[in-house]
Amino acid sequence: MSKRAQIGDWVQIEAEVLPSAQRSAAVPDDTRALPLLMRVKGFAQKEATIGQEMAITTVIGREITGRLVAIDPPDVHGFGRPIPELIRAGLNAREWLEGVSADV
Amino acid sequence: MYDSYDEVMGRRQEIITKALGIDYSQFEQGPMVFDYEGMMDRVGYSLSDVRAIQQSVAVGSTPLIELNNITRLARSLAPAGKGARIFLKDEACNPSGSFKARRAALSVYEAERKGYPGVIAATSGNYGAALASQAAMRGLKCLIVQEVFDSHWVGQPEILEKGRKCEAYGAEVLQLTVGPELFYLMLCLLEETGFFNASLYTPFGIAGIETIGFELAEQVRSVTGRDPDMVVVTHAGGGNVTGTARGLLKAESENTQVVGASVDLSGLHMASDRDFNRKSFTTGHTGFGVPFATWPDRADVPRNAARSLRYLDRYVLTHQGEVFYITELLAVLEGLERGPAGNTALAAALSLAQEMDQDQVLVVQESEYTGAGKHPSAQLSFARERGIDVRRGDPEASVPGESIIIPQKPDQVRAREFSLDKMRRSLVRNAVRESGIKIAGEREVRYLADETKRDVNWIREQLLELGVQLEEV
Repeated sequence: MSKRAQIGDWVQIEAEVLPSAQRSAAVPDDTRALPLLMRVKGFAQKEATIGQEMAITTVIGREITGRLVAIDPPDVHGFGRPIPELIRAGLNAREWLEGVSADV
Repeated sequence: MYDSYDEVMGRRQEIITKALGIDYSQFEQGPMVFDYEGMMDRVGYSLSDVRAIQQSVAVGSTPLIELNNITRLARSLAPAGKGARIFLKDEACNPSGSFKARRAALSVYEAERKGYPGVIAATSGNYGAALASQAAMRGLKCLIVQEVFDSHWVGQPEILEKGRKCEAYGAEVLQLTVGPELFYLMLCLLEETGFFNASLYTPFGIAGIETIGFELAEQVRSVTGRDPDMVVVTHAGGGNVTGTARGLLKAESENTQVVGASVDLSGLHMASDRDFNRKSFTTGHTGFGVPFATWPDRADVPRNAARSLRYLDRYVLTHQGEVFYITELLAVLEGLERGPAGNTALAAALSLAQEMDQDQVLVVQESEYTGAGKHPSAQLSFARERGIDVRRGDPEASVPGESIIIPQKPDQVRAREFSLDKMRRSLVRNAVRESGIKIAGEREVRYLADETKRDVNWIREQLLELGVQLEEV
């Protein structure tokens, strides 16, 4: 993965929505100490390196400016690790049902 | 980027009215009372219209599946003669994998009919994917605002998956850090784009769900020859309960008990950056269920069409570990890999069925798709990485945000009663506070009775306790 985005690359940028000083009074203290930030993906309108400001065009055609954070941003979620406790719980339930008479 | 928070929030009513094309003021009848049924009748669609609109986009008419092995399990735990037949409405069969397609179908239809170029919703849930899917079908643009990350840019795998699904259907997804001010951004975007506010809480968003209640009543009658005795609904913002119950009434299934079920996340603050990733359920939990039930008008529309206390007969809580457990059982005993979030009602159902007679019928009215991010293994791995203790044992001992305990035995799955009267009292208190009324007349008393499914005398007692004077009749 190149660290420099070319025009037309699929990228992700981040921008500040609200500085911490402007956050709602209803927000708990730990959250209010932080700015409200956002990330969004789109096509690069110009060349930029990671960390630089740049404009993108989103899939619905909006233009948004922000700091470049990723080129070809991957999906990072998956199925996680196996949970043996759940596998055993399923087996236990099957064994339980095997012990139950068929006419129940 | 946009006008300041206070400026935009100050224009809130004006922005929302323009982005919905509904004048809510026509339903207001004083500082507290509004004409709920009038709003549903005049703004929503008739049941036959809703069915036709949904059929045209392949939404609804989902199968009702009898869960024979989970029923046997419930009967093996119940006293002799007890253990209702448990059925599941397989809402995962909708185009976007959840019942939310029903709500989105109506919102997108309405947006297209009124000539809006696109739709916007602030949601981290299945509704985003549903809206994106429906917008794709009708050729409208779709913009989803999600609360995704903590301040370290770590996101719940389930929310990441829902964002991916929105993008797969061609939506633009704005992924935010924790905080309720995503509503502010949504208002900014409504002004900028001129899109339709496809809120979950409009009359369209609720009318779309009525078909679940109507369909399941028809299906249960055709399979069992009787009306459903109990329908258990996973309760988050209250729309699912409201729409389903209204649909049951439209099917004249008046004696069906409507039970709400939520995952108990008490003690975790929903808007806290620290707590945000310590919960393993992003919906169907008490962090939405209790505040929305007790004050529905906190939503992103002037009057919320989702008003669950008007319909609930019982409200029960389950623990996170119990829902993961029933999700595993649904897979290995019934061959259905679904959820987990939509399975909250199913966990409660295993316990509730044991109170009922064997010839009675209990329906769990939704399932949802599963996959990367959403699957229990993804959720529980994420929890473990955050230091949450995941183990077998009695879920009764679990503490939200600290431990998830997967039952050792099926009789450790319990539906715990949560007092509806306590929630009703809280609704009355909120209504009095928000309206500022000092004297209540017959109209206020009747309205609150409808709002809480309680009789007028009980409402009068509550008002007197709150120091509100009652007008002489």
